[in-house]
Parts: sequence; C-alpha cells; structure tokens
Amino acid sequence: MAFAAFGSSSATEHKGPTKSGAIVLALLMPGLIYLGLFFFTPLFSLIITSLQAPAETGGIGEYVYAFNVENYVYVVDNYLPQILRSFYYATVATVVALLISYPLAYFIGVKLRNRPLLKSLMLTLVIAPFFISFLLRTIAWKSIFSDGGAVMQTVYSLGLMQPSEHFLGSDFAVIFGLTYNFIPFMTLPLYTTLERFDTRLLEAGSDLYANPSKVFMKVTLPITTPGIISGTLLVFIPIAGDYVNASRDFLGSAKTSMIGTMVESDFLQNWDYPSASALSVLLMAVIVILVATYVRSAGTEDLL
Amino acid sequence: MKRFSIGKLTLPMYSVLAIAFMLIPIVYTIIFSFNDSNRGNTTWKGFTFDKWLGVCNRPDVCDALGNSLLIGGISTLIATILGTALAIGLVRYKFKARALVNLALFLPMATPEVVLGAGLAGLFFNMGFAPGLLTVTIAHVVFCLSFVVVTVKARVQTLDPVLEEAGRDLYANPTQVFWKITFPLLVPGIVSAALLSFSLSFDDFIITYFNSGEVTTFPKFIYVAAARGVPAEANVIASAVFIATILLVLIVQINGAVKRKKLLKVK
Repeated sequence: MAFAAFGSSSATEHKGPTKSGAIVLALLMPGLIYLGLFFFTPLFSLIITSLQAPAETGGIGEYVYAFNVENYVYVVDNYLPQILRSFYYATVATVVALLISYPLAYFIGVKLRNRPLLKSLMLTLVIAPFFISFLLRTIAWKSIFSDGGAVMQTVYSLGLMQPSEHFLGSDFAVIFGLTYNFIPFMTLPLYTTLERFDTRLLEAGSDLYANPSKVFMKVTLPITTPGIISGTLLVFIPIAGDYVNASRDFLGSAKTSMIGTMVESDFLQNWDYPSASALSVLLMAVIVILVATYVRSAGTEDLL
Repeated sequence: MKRFSIGKLTLPMYSVLAIAFMLIPIVYTIIFSFNDSNRGNTTWKGFTFDKWLGVCNRPDVCDALGNSLLIGGISTLIATILGTALAIGLVRYKFKARALVNLALFLPMATPEVVLGAGLAGLFFNMGFAPGLLTVTIAHVVFCLSFVVVTVKARVQTLDPVLEEAGRDLYANPTQVFWKITFPLLVPGIVSAALLSFSLSFDDFIITYFNSGEVTTFPKFIYVAAARGVPAEANVIASAVFIATILLVLIVQINGAVKRKKLLKVK
C-alpha cells in the first residue's frame, strides 16, 4: 500500500507457489506472537482498565477490577467537546490533505512516468519530512507564524486580521499543522495507485467525446479510489489521536485540546487510568468501525 | 493526454510549489541550527558554527540522542527480522487465515498512537514492568513491524519464482536457495524497510512518552523543552540526521532509477 513506494513497485507481480505447512508457521508465528503479546494484549488490557472502579482505600491512582460502565458515561459527558473537535479537525485536515496531494501524486505518478530520475527525486522530496523531527518542524511553523514574525506582521498590516487576533492557538493553526504533518501519508498511497493507472483510458474517454472533467470524474477518480481510501485512513486515524499539534507549546491553546490531550493528562498526570482507557477504547472503536467498513468493501489484500 | 492538462505548466508548477511548501519547516530548522542564540531559538541572532562544533556542550541533548539511536537500532533490527519473515510468508504461501493475518498486520498501523501508548503503558504497569529503555524498545517494534512487512512485501512480489526454481534444479537445498538467491534479491527492500523503521522509531514521540518513564529520547527532549524554548543544539542533531538520511535515500533511489532507465532503453 502506502509505503510500497519505498520498495520497488515497478516490476510485474508473480503468483507464488502454493505451499503450506511448517515453513509458513515458522515464518509467520514469531511476528504474530509478538503482535499478540504487545499489540492485542494491550488493547484487551485497555478494555479491562476502562471498566475499573476506584479502590475503597481511596488512594489516587488505585483501582480495582470491576464492570464499571459508568466510566464511559463519564468520559462522554466530560470530554464531548474534545471528542467532537478531534473528529472535526481530522475531517477537515484529511480533506485538505487530499486536495493538496492528489495533483502532486498525479504529476509524479503519471506525468513523470518516463523520467525515472526526476520521479525518484520528487518522491524523495515528498518523504523528506519523515527524516527530520516532526516536533521541530511543528515548532518551525510556530516561529514562522508567531505574532512578531514577518508573516503575521504582513497579515496585520494588510488588515487581513486584527492585531488583537492571533493565528497561533486557533483551530485554523492546529488544522494547518495537522494537514502539513500528514500530507506525505496521503501523497504516497495516491502515488502508488496513480503510478499503475493506465493512461490509455484517458484517451479512450476523450475519443468518446467526454470532456476532461468528465473523464476525470468517470475514469481517473473511480480507478484511484483505493488510493484515496487508504490515504484517508492513514491520515484521518493518526490525526484523530494526535495531540502534539494541538498542544499549547506547539500550535494550539487550551481551546484546542483533543482526545489525545485528555488521554495524556488523565493517564500521565491525573493517574485516572479508567477514564484514559475508556476514552482510548471509544477512539479505537470508531477506528475499528472505519477499518471494518473498508474491509467489507475492498477486502484485506490491498490493506498492506 | 495534452487536452487533459489545463495548460501545460500548471501541474508542474503546482507540484514544485507544493513540495517547496513541504520543505519550508525543514529549511527553517536547518537554518536555525546555525543561530547564535542563547536560550530560546526563535529569533535570529547571527550566524555561528559553534552549535555544530559543540553539540555535546548540551549533555542532555546528546544523552537523548544516544538513547534514541540505541532504541532505534535495536527495535529496527528486531522489527526487520520479524517483518521480513512475515512478508515472505504472506507473499509466497497461500493459507486459509491470510485475510486474518493481513488484518492483524494492518491494525497496528491504523491504531492511533495514544491508544497503543496508553494500552502498552497500562499493560507494563499491571505486569509490574518499570518503564524504561526496554519498554520503549518493545513498544517501537510493535509500530515498526507492519511498515517493514508492507515495504518488504512489495519487493517479494517483484521476485521471479523461476530464479528459485532454477536454484532447486541445480540441487541447491532450501537453505542455500534462500541465502544465495532469495535473500540477496530482497536486500534493497529490506534496506528501505530498515531505514523507514529507524526513521519511525527515531521520530516517535507519543508512544515513547507513555512508556519511557525517566528515560529521555530525542523527541521527548524537544517536547519537554518546547515549553521553555528548544536549544539550537537540537536543530543541529535533527539537521545532521536529516542530511545523512536524505543522502542515503538519494543514493538508493538514484541507483534504482538509473538501472530502470537502462532497462527502458533496452526495451
């Protein structure tokens, strides 16, 4: 899928021999056991913790096993603004990332098809942000958009914003940061589907007197839907759980707190493990529903 | 084709602008690694090489870097071995539980970091594991593994099984076939996977923050320092890592592109 771009994806695929038995087990089991222990067990443990009740000793951070469904009622009651804000940010940032990435991926995957060197260079530049700390990149945006910086001074002098208004700490700043940080995760899967796209279909479309926008809507877009879906999953999901961009030390403020902000403060500062776990389980439930919808429509082969 | 593009130059120009936009904070970070700043590193105070020459004048930055390199190295090694085996198994063999295995490998990629971070921290806490280097490394393997599988899988799919059959015809045993034929052909994919895995581990913040206890990694150092102002030494380390990685990637990519170009000419 997305990161196939890192490997080689230009050669033809071959159907492997049909074999099974001891070798398959030996190849698959170590990795699967690892995931069982350190991926699935923690998720299960989250569900158990999310149902815990405070210990009768009343100590902070002390809980006993229970079936305390009220934890879920509590987090929904208390954190509804953060929950809604997280999905609002994630939706807007995903759509903007898609709009920015699609033409770029089209250019690299289709127009540069016969220029391998230029194509490799552009792809490397697309993934370049992966190789430098995303925290520092976010801090760089923070400095660029600081009230005293050249950008904001221009904005103020042009009267686009009042001097009493600030870019940093606003919903817009957080969405900007989230979009920026996750654009490569959208561009790569789009590129992988567009790279395989047969451009003769475009000629066929125009031969049949379809105008360019109709060709795009009826040919290009449907064929590249798998890339759009995997890009959307890869961007929407991590954004819904992110809290770094929204942190007040980065691009956000107290008014931009997200689900992750609450999980972090409940878990690491308040030692309120059941609330943190209940909120995490809710977030994971939404994501499992999204993934399940995808699997039902597209199967599991294209997931990876 | 020609009629489809809205003016010949619009798309290339847009693409260059989009990439330039992506690069702005990278360039900014590199430039500010030369800033002659004292505490904060937000305003330009003049050019200096001092921060590059004396990175470890800030021992906290250097310790954090050491931890990140250690965690990145070990977790990449484990994830690459486990992931390569999984990728070969998935492409080369047909078995009933395939859909389930695909899903099991996709879910870690689709899990928000807070969820995995809090889940692992809770598990370690319940098991009485003190958070530290070991718990962070265990956590990093979890999220690197699936990305290794995806990357190596793409490479395994391009291998021609005929080559392995030829080896078997020449009386090579399965071990010889693997080490003399399959593995050397997979090396480029494994290298890309390891590089990706290392980058993911080196840059991870959220899962690390939940599972590291007293241990500080490079991203954790930046996050904590962000409240007071990140020292320019952090920019030096990030810039050095960036330049080294991008050169490595460029070499691998250009090498591949040149080979492909030669193939195109033959056709």
